[in-house]
Amino acid sequence: MSDDVRIADRPDRLTSETSEGAQELSRRVATPTEELGREVGAVLRLDGVTLDPRQVDYERKDDETTIINMGPAHPSTHGVLRLMLELDGEFVLRTKVVIGYLHTGMEKTAEALSYVQGATNVTRMDYLSPVINELNYSLAVEKLLGVEVPERATWIRMMMSELNRVSSHLVWMATNGMDLGSTSMMIYGLRDRELVLAFFEKTAGLRLNLNYVRPGGVAADLPDGWEDDIEVICNTIEERTDEYDQLLTGQPIFRNRLIGVGAITAEEALALSLTGPLLRSTGVPWDLRRTMPYLAYDQVDFDVIVGTYGDNFDRYAIRLNEIRESIKIIRQCAQRMPAGDYRSQDPKVTPPPRARIGESMEALIHHFKLFTEGFHVPAGEVYSAVESPRGEIGCYLVSDGGPKPYRLHVRTPSFVNLQAMPLLMRGASLSDAITMISTVDPVLGEVDR
Amino acid sequence: MIPLPPSAPPAVLCEDALACDGAFFPTREQYLDLVAALKADGFEMCVDVCGVDYLEHPGRALPAGVTPTRFEVVVNLMSLSKRQRVRVRVQAGTERPVVDSLFSLYPGSEAPEREAFDMFGILFEGHPDLTRILMPEDWEGHPLRKDYGMGHVPVQFKEAPGPR
Repeated sequence: MSDDVRIADRPDRLTSETSEGAQELSRRVATPTEELGREVGAVLRLDGVTLDPRQVDYERKDDETTIINMGPAHPSTHGVLRLMLELDGEFVLRTKVVIGYLHTGMEKTAEALSYVQGATNVTRMDYLSPVINELNYSLAVEKLLGVEVPERATWIRMMMSELNRVSSHLVWMATNGMDLGSTSMMIYGLRDRELVLAFFEKTAGLRLNLNYVRPGGVAADLPDGWEDDIEVICNTIEERTDEYDQLLTGQPIFRNRLIGVGAITAEEALALSLTGPLLRSTGVPWDLRRTMPYLAYDQVDFDVIVGTYGDNFDRYAIRLNEIRESIKIIRQCAQRMPAGDYRSQDPKVTPPPRARIGESMEALIHHFKLFTEGFHVPAGEVYSAVESPRGEIGCYLVSDGGPKPYRLHVRTPSFVNLQAMPLLMRGASLSDAITMISTVDPVLGEVDR
Repeated sequence: MIPLPPSAPPAVLCEDALACDGAFFPTREQYLDLVAALKADGFEMCVDVCGVDYLEHPGRALPAGVTPTRFEVVVNLMSLSKRQRVRVRVQAGTERPVVDSLFSLYPGSEAPEREAFDMFGILFEGHPDLTRILMPEDWEGHPLRKDYGMGHVPVQFKEAPGPR
C-alpha cells in the first residue's frame, strides 16, 4: 500500500526525481562569488578592479527573493529549455539556464556512423536549418578529403542554404510573434515556410531533415522547372515580408515590447562569444558569408544587416531584413546557376549511377564498398565554420584515417548564445524574459545535440 | 601560419598544413599565458572549446617535442579585426586531465568548458561552476570517452515476438 501515497504527501520524492542538483540555481549563500557574478550577468573584466558580485545586490537577502522555474515544458521556451530565475517581485535578478533535456548523444553517435551516414545525423541537430548543418559537416569532410566540388553543386548548396535561412527566419518571425501575442504572425510565418518546405520536398524528397548536402556534392539535381518555383517563392515571400514589416514594425505594442529591452554592447557580445544576429545587433558587421566567404558568397551581391543598440528590436529588424537579403541571393543563384554535375565524379566518394551497376563490375564494387564500409578519410583534424541563421556553426572533425569520424564536434550557435541569458535578463521583468528567449532564438535540438 | 605573439611564452608550432591546419601546442603551464597573449594580440573571441579522447588513436601527427597524452583540449580563437582563426591544442593529461579555465579571459568559454567536463571528465581549474551540463546530475561516467560503452538496442525487423 505504500506505493499509493500521493506525491503531494511526499514532496521529497518529487524533488529527488526532478532535481538537477548543482546544475540548478541555488541560494545566494551557497553560491561561490564567481558563479554569482556570472548569474547576475557580470561579463566584462575590468583591469585592476575587483568587483565583489555580492555587493551588486547587497541589500537583497535570500528570504526576500523568489527562485522560480520556467520550463522545461513551458510553451514560450522554444523547446525544452529550463530557466531558473531569481525574482525580486516581478524583476529578474539572477538567471541560470539548465539544459540537456534533449541530449541524445549525437556526437557519440557520429563516431559509429560512416562519413556517408553522418549527414543524416547532423541534419537533425538544428532542425530549423538542416541544410546548413549538412553543409557545415560536408565542408569539413571535404576539406580533409581534398575533394573538389563541381561549380553547380556549390551554387545549388548556396541556393538551398539561403532558402533554408528564409524558412528558419520565417519560423522565428512566427514564434516571436506568438510570444508577443501576435498569433496571426504565427500563422503567416508557418504558412510561408511551407512554400520553402514544399520546394525541399520536390528537390530532396523530404521536407525537414533533408540529408541533401552530402560530402562530394548534393544528393540530387534540381527538379525540372525549378526556376519557376524559385520565382514564385521569391516573389511571394518578398511581397509578404513587406506585409509583415507593415504589420509588426510600426505596431505600438510590438515596439514597446522590443525597443530598449535586452540591450547588450559589442564588448559584451564578443566576450560571451555571441555570433549571428545577436552580435550583428550590437553593430559589429560580422557575417561569415562576407567576412570569411565559403561556397561562392564572394561572387554574389548582398548586404550584411547590422543594428545599432543591440536590443530586441534590432534583432527583429536584422532577421526581417535578412529574409530580403537571402531572397536577393536566391535570385542571383537562380540567374547564374551553372550547368554541369551536381556532385563530384570521384568514384571513391560518389556512388555510381544506378544504370552503371548492371553493366560495370567496377561500378558495382565501388557501390558495394561505399555503402558497406564507406570511404576512408586521411588522418588529420579540421575546423570549418559557416553562417547559420543563428550564428557561427562550426564543425571540428578528427579523422584517424578510417571510414568513420574519430571525433565530430559541432560548435552550435544556440548553445553558445544561451550564455547571454543572465546578461539579457538582468533587471528585466518576467514578461520580457519571454522576449529575450525569443530573440536569442535557441533551437534546443542543437543546444543539447 | 600565424606568427606567435611577442608576449607569448615559447610554444611549439606545427607546420603540417593538413594534419592540423595551423595550431599552437602549448604545455599545460604555458596554456593560459599563450591564450592571454593571443587575446592581447587581437583574438577577441573564443569560438569554441572542446575535448578529444585519443585513447584509440595514439599515433596522431604532432610536432616534435609535444608529448601526446590521452586527452586533448582544443580551443578555437577568432580575430574579427584580422579575420583570422587560430587553434590552440593543449595536452591535458591521461589519468586525471586538468587544464586552466579560460573563463577569466573569455567569459564565453563557460558553457563549452562545462560540456568538455561533462563529456570527457576534463577538469578546468578556475571555472566558476564546473557541473554537468548535458547529462543528468547523477550520471556516472563521461559518455564521449572512448572506453565508455555504446548503448545498443537490437532491432529485429521480421517475425519479432509481439510486445506481450
